[in-house]
Formats: sequence, C-alpha cells, structure tokens
Amino acid sequence: MPDMRAPAPPSTIAATPVLAVSDLRTQFFTDSGVVRAVDGVSFTVGSGETLGIVGESGSGKSVTAQSLMRLLEEPARIVSGSILFQGRDVLAMSHAELRKLRGAGMAMVFQDPMTSLNPVLRIARQVVETMVAHGSFGEKEATERGVKLLGRMGITTPKRAINSYPHQFSGGMRQRVALAMGMSNEPALLIADEPTTALDVTIQAQILELLRELNRDFGTAIVLISHDLGVIAGLCSRVLVMYAGEIVEEGPAEAILSHPKHPYSWALVNAVPRLDREPVAGKKLTAIEGAPPDPLSVTRGCRFAPRCPFRIERCAEHPELLEIGIARKSRCWVTQAGVGLDTPAPAPSPLRDRAKPPQTLSREQRDQEIDPSPLLEVKGLVKHFALPKRGFLEPYRHVHAVDGVDLTVKRGETVGLVGESGCGKSTLARLILRIHRPDAGSILFEGNEIAQAAPAAIRPLRRRLQMVFQDPYASLNSRMTVAQILEEPLRFHGLATTSTECRERIAELLETVRLDPKSGARYPHEFSGGQRQRISIARALAVKPNFIVADEPISALDVNIQAQILNLLLGLQEELGLTYLFIAHDLSVVRHISDRVVVLYLGKVAEVAPAKDLFAAPLHPYTRYLISALPIPDASIERRRERLRLAGEPPSAVDPPSGCRFRTRCPLAERICAEIPPPLIEHGQGHFAACHFPGKF
Amino acid sequence: MPRYIASRLAVTAVMALLATLVIFLIANMVPGDPILAQLGDVAASNKAFVAEWRAKWGLDLPLWERYLVFLKGVLHGDLGISIASQRPVLEDIAQYAPATIELATVGFLLSLLIGVPLGMLAAIKRDSWVDHLARAVSLIGVSSPTFWLAFIMLALFYGGLQIAPGPGRLDPIAFSPPTVTGLFLIDSLLAGDVATFRDAATHLVLPSVVLAAATLGLITRTTRASMLDNLHQDYVRVARAKGLRERRIVNGHVLPNALIPIVTLGGLAYANLLTGAVMTETVFSWPGLGRYTFRSAEALDFPAIMGITLVVALTYLVINLVIDLSYALLDPRVAR
Repeated sequence: MPDMRAPAPPSTIAATPVLAVSDLRTQFFTDSGVVRAVDGVSFTVGSGETLGIVGESGSGKSVTAQSLMRLLEEPARIVSGSILFQGRDVLAMSHAELRKLRGAGMAMVFQDPMTSLNPVLRIARQVVETMVAHGSFGEKEATERGVKLLGRMGITTPKRAINSYPHQFSGGMRQRVALAMGMSNEPALLIADEPTTALDVTIQAQILELLRELNRDFGTAIVLISHDLGVIAGLCSRVLVMYAGEIVEEGPAEAILSHPKHPYSWALVNAVPRLDREPVAGKKLTAIEGAPPDPLSVTRGCRFAPRCPFRIERCAEHPELLEIGIARKSRCWVTQAGVGLDTPAPAPSPLRDRAKPPQTLSREQRDQEIDPSPLLEVKGLVKHFALPKRGFLEPYRHVHAVDGVDLTVKRGETVGLVGESGCGKSTLARLILRIHRPDAGSILFEGNEIAQAAPAAIRPLRRRLQMVFQDPYASLNSRMTVAQILEEPLRFHGLATTSTECRERIAELLETVRLDPKSGARYPHEFSGGQRQRISIARALAVKPNFIVADEPISALDVNIQAQILNLLLGLQEELGLTYLFIAHDLSVVRHISDRVVVLYLGKVAEVAPAKDLFAAPLHPYTRYLISALPIPDASIERRRERLRLAGEPPSAVDPPSGCRFRTRCPLAERICAEIPPPLIEHGQGHFAACHFPGKF
Repeated sequence: MPRYIASRLAVTAVMALLATLVIFLIANMVPGDPILAQLGDVAASNKAFVAEWRAKWGLDLPLWERYLVFLKGVLHGDLGISIASQRPVLEDIAQYAPATIELATVGFLLSLLIGVPLGMLAAIKRDSWVDHLARAVSLIGVSSPTFWLAFIMLALFYGGLQIAPGPGRLDPIAFSPPTVTGLFLIDSLLAGDVATFRDAATHLVLPSVVLAAATLGLITRTTRASMLDNLHQDYVRVARAKGLRERRIVNGHVLPNALIPIVTLGGLAYANLLTGAVMTETVFSWPGLGRYTFRSAEALDFPAIMGITLVVALTYLVINLVIDLSYALLDPRVAR
C-alpha cells in the first residue's frame, strides 16, 4: 500500500475549498483487533457547496463526519491524513484551538433529535451557550438572537419555545432546535449526520427544505450524511459513495444516481423501489448478495469484489479512486476500463437461482388469482390506552391509538398499511394478533370472531396467524440458539414431536429463508441484521401460517438488505400462498409489495385503494402529501418536482381534533370538516376515502 | 408544579395515616392481654374489677374507636407513657433524637461530600488510579461489617495511636452546652463555646466515619455509574461539537442528569442512617435513638416501640417527599 497518496486534485467546484480532507484514516483499536473504519478518504468541500456522503451502516460515513471535528473518543483514533478547514490543519490543533473551531466555523447536527438535546436544561440555555462560549454574543443578545433563530428554523412560537424543555417538543421540532444551535454562529460548514432518518416523511421533507434554505440564504456549505439516496438527491450537488471505509465513487449527484460508475453505487440505486417507476414483472428488486466485509480483516483486492456482479479477474488487485470522466471518479477496474454498468446485472438473485417455476405472473394475473373471500375482516376496531396519571389527584387521560378502523384482507393478497409514527399502525397489528385486547369492534379471522375471545380460544388460531417484528435485534431471544428459537413453536403446536422431526423441519425452514441449514446451533448475535430478520421470518413460518403480519420488517435494515428481504417475502408468498399485512412508513416499499394499500391517520383510515390507483390518483389530501413528501432518488426529477409541503405536525392522539382528524393540517378544511367526521366511502372500484372533498386537492 | 406539589403532599398524608393504622393494628394484634398482665392473680379473677380497668384504659371500646382515640393522641403529640422510663414517649424521643440526627447528618454529609466528587472523578478518569482508588474505597466501605469497623477504628485511633477521643458525645468531664437544638455542634456555637464545639466535633469523627462507610461506598459507585451513563449520551457529543469547555460539559450538562438517581439513593441512605444507627451508637456509647430503640425492644416497652416505629415511618415519608420534590426541580419531565 502506498504511504501517501498524491493530494486530492483541486476540486472543480471551488478554487478555495472550505474543507480539504486527504488520506484520512480513522481506526478503532478494539480488543479483537484494529477496525479500519475510515481508510484513506480524500475529498474537498467548496464554499457554499452541498456534498452528500452515502453508504450503508458500517461504511465509515458517520466516522468520517465525526473525524472532521475530532469528536471521536477512545478506542477510535485518527492515525493519519490531514483535514484542512479554511486552510488550517484540524489534526494539528490544540484543544483550545479545536474548541474555538467547533460550533463556530464548523457545526454539526446529529441523527437522533430525541437524545441530542439535554433533557434537563431549558432550550434557551442550550441555544445560548453556543453563542456565549464563542464570545460572539453576550448572554442577553444571544437570547434575543436565539429567539430569532428558532423562528427562522420554523418554530411557530419561538418566545415560548425558548423557555421550554426538550421533552415538550416532537422529534421534528427538536431537530429544528438542533439546527438553530448549529447555525447560531453562522458556520462556514454544517455537517448533518442522518438528520432526518429518525423523522417521518412529511417532517423529513420540512427539514430538508429548511436545509436547502440555510444553504441558499447563509451560504453555509453542507455535508449531508445519509443512507437514503432520495434525501441526497434532493439536497446535494455532489456525492461521495462509501463502502468498507473507502470512497468508491465520487461525482455530481445527478450523474451518479442516473449512471452509477461503481457496482456498489449501482446496487444502491437499483435496490430501492421507486415511486416514479412501475415495478417490474415478478416485482423482484436487484439485490446483491452477501454483506459488507468483516471490518477486522480487510481483503487485499477490491473490497466489493466478493459481492460484485460485474467482477473480473483484475478485481483481486486493489483499485485506486481514479478520474473516469469530468468531475467523476470511481474505484473500479471495470468502469475505469470504460465499461458501463447500465445493463442489468447478470448476477442471479438467490431466489431465481433455485429451480422453481418461472415467476412471470403480472399484477393483473395475480389479482385474479386472489380468492375473493376475506381471510380477515376487521370492523370498527377501537383501542385507547390510559396514560400514566400525572399526579395522584389527576384524572386518567387516554391515547386514542386506534379509533374505529375497518379493514379487509383477502386470501393471498398483500395489504400495505402506511402512516406516520403515532398513527396507530403498530397498535392495529397487535390488535389483529390479539396481543392487545380491543376496547370495541370485531375481528373475524377465517370466520372466527376473536376480538374478545379468551386466550385459550385464540391459541389454536395462532398457528395460522404469525407476526414478523421490526427490530431483528430485540425480537430474538439472545440466550437461545436458532434451533431452539425455531423448535419452540414446532413443539408447542405439536407440529414436530421427535427430535429427528424437529431437526429436519428446522433445516428445511432455514433453507426456505435462504440460510445455511447447518446454522441452527448458532446464537442470534452471530448473525447480521438481515440474517436475523430471516430467522424471524423462519420462526413465523415454522407453524405453517397462512397469514403474516409484518410490522416494519425492513425499516431497521440497509437498502440492499431491504431488497433481499423484500424479495424473500415475495418469493415465499408465491411458494406458500401466504397472505400479508405489511406495515411500513416507506411508501415506495409499500407500493412495491402491496396489492392494496390502507392509509392511516391518527387512528383512523384516511384512504384504501388498490396500490396503483392510490399512487396514480390519491383522493385524500393526506395521501397526496405523503406521496409528495417522499424523496425520489433521482436528482433531476427531485429538482424539477413540484413540491407539496405539509405544514405542521400531527396533533396529539390524546385529544384528537373533532370531525375529520386531518382538518387541522388540511388546506381544504371547511366548517363541515370540523363538525362531521367524514365516512369512508367508495369512490371507484375498491377505492375508498374518508374525506368531504375527495380528489379536490 | 403547584399541582404536583399538592399531589405529592396528599400522597404523603394518606401514607402517614396508613402508617398509624398499621402500627396500631400490629400493637393490638400482639397476643396477650395487657390488663391481665398488669393485674395480680386476685384482681384478675374479679370480673367487675377487670371490667373497670378495661373501661379505664378504654379497652372496652370497639377496635375502630380505639384507633380513633390513638389517632387523636398522635395528632396531639401524645404517644403514650413509656413503661420503662415512666415518662411520655415523645419526651424520651425528643431527648434522644438530637444525638442521632447530629451523627447521621454528619455521616451523611461526609459520604455525600466525598462520594459524589470521588464517583465523578472515577467516571471521568475511567481506568486511571483515581478510578481504582474509588473502587477500593467503596468496596471496603460496603463490605466491612459496622461493628467490626467500629471496634477496629476505636482500637486503632483511640486505643493505639491515641489521636481520637473515646466513646460518647463529649469528654466525660465536659458539660453539655445549653440546650437549644440538642445538636451539640450548633448549641456550642450558639453559646460561643469553641472548646465544647471542638470537643463535640472530634468525638463525632470516628462514629460518623463508621456510619458513613457503607453509604459512601454506595454513593461513589452510583455516582460513577450514573456519570458514565450520561457521559456517553448524544447530548454530550453535541455539547462537545458546540465547542464548550470540558469542565462546563461535565458540570453544566452531565452532572444535572447524573444527579437524578443519586438524589433517590442519597435520600433513602439518609433515612437509613437516621433510623439504623443501633450498632454504631452501641459501640460508641452514643445516647441516640438507636440505643433507645434497642433498650425499649429489650424491655418490651410497647408504647415506646410504637412511638419509635411511628417516628421511623414519618422520617421515611418526609424524606421521600423531599426526594419527590427535588426530582421535580432536577428533572423537568417529572412535574409537567
């Protein structure tokens, strides 16, 4: 390996970069060895430029961001390289110099707004201290400026807000406060590390808009770190793609998203279902196999080669990041030789690999195959949760989590359930599975009324009614081996009685979810997130159910793993004739996998329609906003797109608005909306909407 | 906030009432007839006489009425007459309490003033010699039995090195300062008597160190754990990214969060010290509530036992109330 790479060639964007990073290496000195989290990264950020860094978890993008301000703690160390901020070497700075830089010239906004504000200090103190610490303002001026900043960040009552505590705000509002803190000294560079990942799409759209404005109005350069290509596409002019601690591709956002020149970028771009494109027949997404390399042992050749569908012989050698076009660089022997990646990969997805009948059913054909008799019929389902009392003398208050929901799921179909956090989608799932007992309403599963049935009466039905949970780390018992996890339901439901039977069935299940049948003796922590989710699915399949409720099964996973799991779910549906209720907040995923989609808002159904009708012609204004808020990973579309921005935040489910729940944020709202709750009415073939002015928006 | 305070006060009042009920019931559930126990054989066989005595002591009334009588007494500060000392129980308690309060408070302050900074340092300089020292101190403190530690301290510093005074609150030949609060440290200062103050203070050193040892260990460990928890929170990284000084980050951001569990622990530890100093008081001949409790229990002095039980219960209730109220001050999420 060369000791020092030639310094990065001057950026084509700006002659005097705000930030010039060259050959940065950050390593974690762990007990089990040295992890090269950032391994020779060089890039520049021009004044006022917006640079996106994209990659999956573990790619080194966040460590890069934190290295820029030297925020990492032991066992992480920056072992070599240089970081020049406005010409000054950050790595050579004393602690005092570094302190003067942080929060003044260079500021940072972090991912989780719920934890990044100090819970016991007033907002005022947290906003003001940044300004006071750098001596730019006195206490009093800083407070006045703080109020102005909060107002600028879109907080409606900044004077009151500044005297509040963080817990009085929602996640989106807290991220606005964090941005106010970051912008308070008008930094030349703002680093935003996944600033919208923890937020709902409509709030994400608001925050991204705000970032765009800050970049435009203050000329602040922004480094945006995200795993979401759509987010990057809407904000950044230039993109770095990171993989296994290295930059594998660099170039203008538009070019990379439309014509990626590294197979990893290619895989990222193609792994996500897109709202602006019809799903291909069979609905299979392009998923590359495997997982990122073990950070402890770096391969000698190209780090992506083991997963690469375009692999050639030369890939055993480590490629350099080289210019392959105007302002474009790629670390790939294939594209450096001038070969394009535009043809679909020859790589077989593991699903297609197996000898199975061709899966060429179109959506229409599948629609006809669906048995019209409903598997599940939910009517008027209600669940209110009592909040802990505020005090001994206070009355109970209730969260109206699910407030009169009707839902039908036919045999063999996939119903998608979407809505923002707090809309009641997870509660609805738990009610259907009778993890919670509903307060009112009926649940007919295969003709059995289970809404109020005793646990003993439901137990036999659980065989046919299974759930896959969101977090594959929390939903598997870490003290049980995979075999034990899978054996439990088999034994309990008497599906396998002898050990030999169990062993055979477990091997079969593991094979069904494309895991090594011999991995039963291992514990969950030995698997990656995607593999664990496969184990979760295997556990659900163990009892041969016909209905699976999947509660955000892919939202904790990287895009490529998401595509693998989605493909697996689709394949299993065809193989086993499963019926899915698929809960997600990601509309493009829901559209991709679902036959019909249900949109929930604050405990009520806003709209129900066949997937393509819903996205082609939404009737409820809320649905339109949701679709519009979702970023599309195509920079040219994303820039041209006419944006609808839903203002405000969902009201509290403790005290929901009268009449139509959406009326407080709806541009169409009239008196009738406050007085009469709109009923869910059929407006077209299977297209229902609960709105007094359907399609008028 | 006012609603929160009102609500906490209401809870405390209800709990106090329940405490009196439990204490009353336990005393009345004890097998044995106090009248028969007091009267001689002849008098006890005279039915009319026994009935007269029952009426005299109110024992002919139904249980609930007797409870009301007891409650009325408690509310008027009448805890009955001690059998052993033949004085009102409240007077006895008032006489012995200051010694215990003085000892427990000094011990508590000692463990707080050493434990919190030590725990903070141990967390900030994790795995350094300070951390190891803190671990050793707390381990010794928590694991040494009180009576053992007490004897060792006396043997070493009083018997051996002769740099500490012996048992008792003052030198045997010294006079107590004029009683105002009953706390010698304060009374001697009020009287302007520096010599007595010094005497009282030196006598406090050994017993308060012994009493504080276990509490000190707990507070050190809890502070360290709580600080470590908070030092790795996102808001600390945010504070660093703002360019704040490390000292300000620790004192302004981490400490207010880290203190929250320490308030609970500290409050309960103080209540423990106030009510559980029997061993230390016995070894150091400290004329406090612990020894009074011990003597009353030995003598089966029921009025005194009930009185002390009530005082202990109220101590815990009041300290719990203080903990709850300081929570509201420290953590804005508590009282909305």
